Amino acid sequence: MDQSAVFWSRALTELTLSFHILFATLGVGVPLMILIAQYVGYKKNDAHYTLMARRWARGFTITVAVGVVTGTVIGLQLSLLWPQFMELAGQIIALPLFMETFAFFFEAIFLGIYLYTWDRFQNPKHHMLLLIPVAIGASMSAVFITIVNAFMNAPRGFDLVGGELINIQPILAMFTPAMPTKIGHVLTSSYMTVAFILAAIAAYRLLRGEDHVYHKKALSLMMKLGIIFSLATALVGDFSAKYLAEYQPEKLAAAEWHFETEAGADLIFFGVLDGEEVKYEIRIPKVLSFLASNDFNAEVTGLNEFSEDEQPPLITHYFFDVMVSIGVLMIFVSFAFVFGKWRNWQWIHSRPFRWFIVLSGPLSLVAIEAGWWLAELGRQPWILYGIMRTADGATTATGVEWLFIAFAIVYFILAIGSIVVLRRMFKHNPVEKELAMREGGGV
Amino acid sequence: MFLEVLGITVLWIFLLGYVIVASIDFGAGFFNAYSLVTNKNHILSGIIKRYLSPVWEITNVFFVFFFVGIVGFFPQTAYYYGTVLLVPASIALILLTLRGSYYAFESYSGVTGHKGYALMYGLAGLFIPASLSVVLTISEGGFVQLTEVGPQLDYNALFTSPLTWAIVVLSITAVLYISAVFLTWYAHYAGDNKAGMLMRKYALVTSLPLIVSAIGIIVEMRRTGNWHYANMVDLSWLFIVSGILFLATTALLWLKDKYGFAVLLMILQFATAFFAYGISHYPYLLYPYLTVHDSFTTTSMAIAIVIAFIAGLCLLIPSMYLVLKLFIFNKSYASGDEETHV
Repeated sequence: MDQSAVFWSRALTELTLSFHILFATLGVGVPLMILIAQYVGYKKNDAHYTLMARRWARGFTITVAVGVVTGTVIGLQLSLLWPQFMELAGQIIALPLFMETFAFFFEAIFLGIYLYTWDRFQNPKHHMLLLIPVAIGASMSAVFITIVNAFMNAPRGFDLVGGELINIQPILAMFTPAMPTKIGHVLTSSYMTVAFILAAIAAYRLLRGEDHVYHKKALSLMMKLGIIFSLATALVGDFSAKYLAEYQPEKLAAAEWHFETEAGADLIFFGVLDGEEVKYEIRIPKVLSFLASNDFNAEVTGLNEFSEDEQPPLITHYFFDVMVSIGVLMIFVSFAFVFGKWRNWQWIHSRPFRWFIVLSGPLSLVAIEAGWWLAELGRQPWILYGIMRTADGATTATGVEWLFIAFAIVYFILAIGSIVVLRRMFKHNPVEKELAMREGGGV
Repeated sequence: MFLEVLGITVLWIFLLGYVIVASIDFGAGFFNAYSLVTNKNHILSGIIKRYLSPVWEITNVFFVFFFVGIVGFFPQTAYYYGTVLLVPASIALILLTLRGSYYAFESYSGVTGHKGYALMYGLAGLFIPASLSVVLTISEGGFVQLTEVGPQLDYNALFTSPLTWAIVVLSITAVLYISAVFLTWYAHYAGDNKAGMLMRKYALVTSLPLIVSAIGIIVEMRRTGNWHYANMVDLSWLFIVSGILFLATTALLWLKDKYGFAVLLMILQFATAFFAYGISHYPYLLYPYLTVHDSFTTTSMAIAIVIAFIAGLCLLIPSMYLVLKLFIFNKSYASGDEETHV
């Protein structure tokens, strides 16, 4: 096995996915927010919310385009970089993969219609209804593709006899034990991230001196949704840890630097590793046991129970810390804002706090990346948990390193392009101008 | 047996769909760039943009659908084609990525682009079919060796084969021809006669290299005594039907009559040739390693996919109809009277 091809296949897959998930997360969450804004605008007969939907949809066209093209790339790269894996797994995960393209097709059709039929329907409700298939399609494609990932973590629905897969049960392969928590966490964290990104934009406009009620409404709406989705994310995250403790204990043990099996295990936050010695950490007694099984004195399997060639890398601990800390911070930020607004606290309108909200958008994206790196590195060395090692799935072709460079350049261009275009779209077209134009009878 | 044939037929139909809609897209990009160079941009850009904007994403899905479907029905294709196509498919992917995102950047941001970008965009559209069409050459056999580490593509043999270049030329001219015929009709439908007449000229100009390269491929396959050629001879009546449809399309264009009917004939022409090619290729997916039968997935998965497919079509066909009705077959949208963009 050519180790360099394995290394570069992993590197290129990681590069593509890390770039894609930024846009994919937006792609899952933004349609829901557009739908909510348009619904609120329709119910309250408030043009500000309708304009919100319109401006978000306009920005969404750019991010969805990058999401579509990078999604196409990863879809094909699965077969190009991991041909042996796809040959084996293709027999079982074909159904969810296929359904994902249907969901995506459905979304693409209705998004196209929605974008090009503003003011075209007599009844604005009909136009709003187009968003329902868009939002459903967006979330369902996340559901199906997450099912594929869940299968890789907990393969089932077949029997392995002498290297051959027999008795394949397509439906059972979709409903793996990893599926419910994975899907729940992906959906809630996407909605949460988008809520904070849109809130961050509103807060930024307010900081830049645009004292328009439109931005205040957007901020307030997104913060309320932020609480709901960040709490939901944390709750599903807790279920995920319990899932790991039962089905993939080495992933949890590596993420927590939990080496010896023990009862009443401590939760370790941050710290550095010196051999098996953890230093400078924040240690919360017995919480890992609680996280793993709702019982402060439960026994948690340690990493030393696993042979060395089946242990995930220990760096996942930092990803776990980053993800969890940001998640907790987000709950506090949104809660402080909404509670403060209710109690009429003035400091939530202060500049430092608004800057904090601005920061929460990018931080949520960082948490998304950290979470995926934790999940994916955490199942190393397996590409199909317990069945196929990552090194056995990679391509045997040479020259993957050149493709890595080429794709890295492409993603760099896309990143710069989307930032420039999004800035241009909104810079010369502030909310005031657009509102005045629409009230003045313009289109 | 029945499921294999059903699977490959469904995929082949989707590939045909992609070839037609993507050709319109790729060709439109090229004609737009060409009209910039010849200072005729003001005639064409409006009509091209109004067609492409609502459908470019849908075009992309046809492609995804095909490559996900083929791995689903025939998992071994992932192993053979995945390994040997690493470089050509990655090039196509990079071009598709840049092209797709650039289109969205320009059309949604309301910023009119740079001439240089438009030229790059037009050219990229021609390189994509060229880089994807090498699959057709590879599938004929003789370009892939099975080694100890896995299948390997013989680039030297591939690039020195006249068949490769004949297929590349055919794919590019087909893209331009399909696009020109379609846009001729669409421009006339929208009441834009100037654009329509220009596209008609392009359609007639590209029809000649199209038919020459198509004949060139047949000649080349016969010369090398290809296994595929004998099968094609058995199906020659289908190729003749395709040729007649081609002549009928160009005749209608020449007579400036019934452009909508011309588009229909053009699609039928490609469908016949495409199916004749596909049927004569049966049962090989990659000669001589991979046939439709030995690479087929398990029966239970095939049935599951077929059921999902039927359920999916029940959702998609009405939605596609809605798109066509609202945009493509909608006079006031096509003519640009209504500006209802987000």
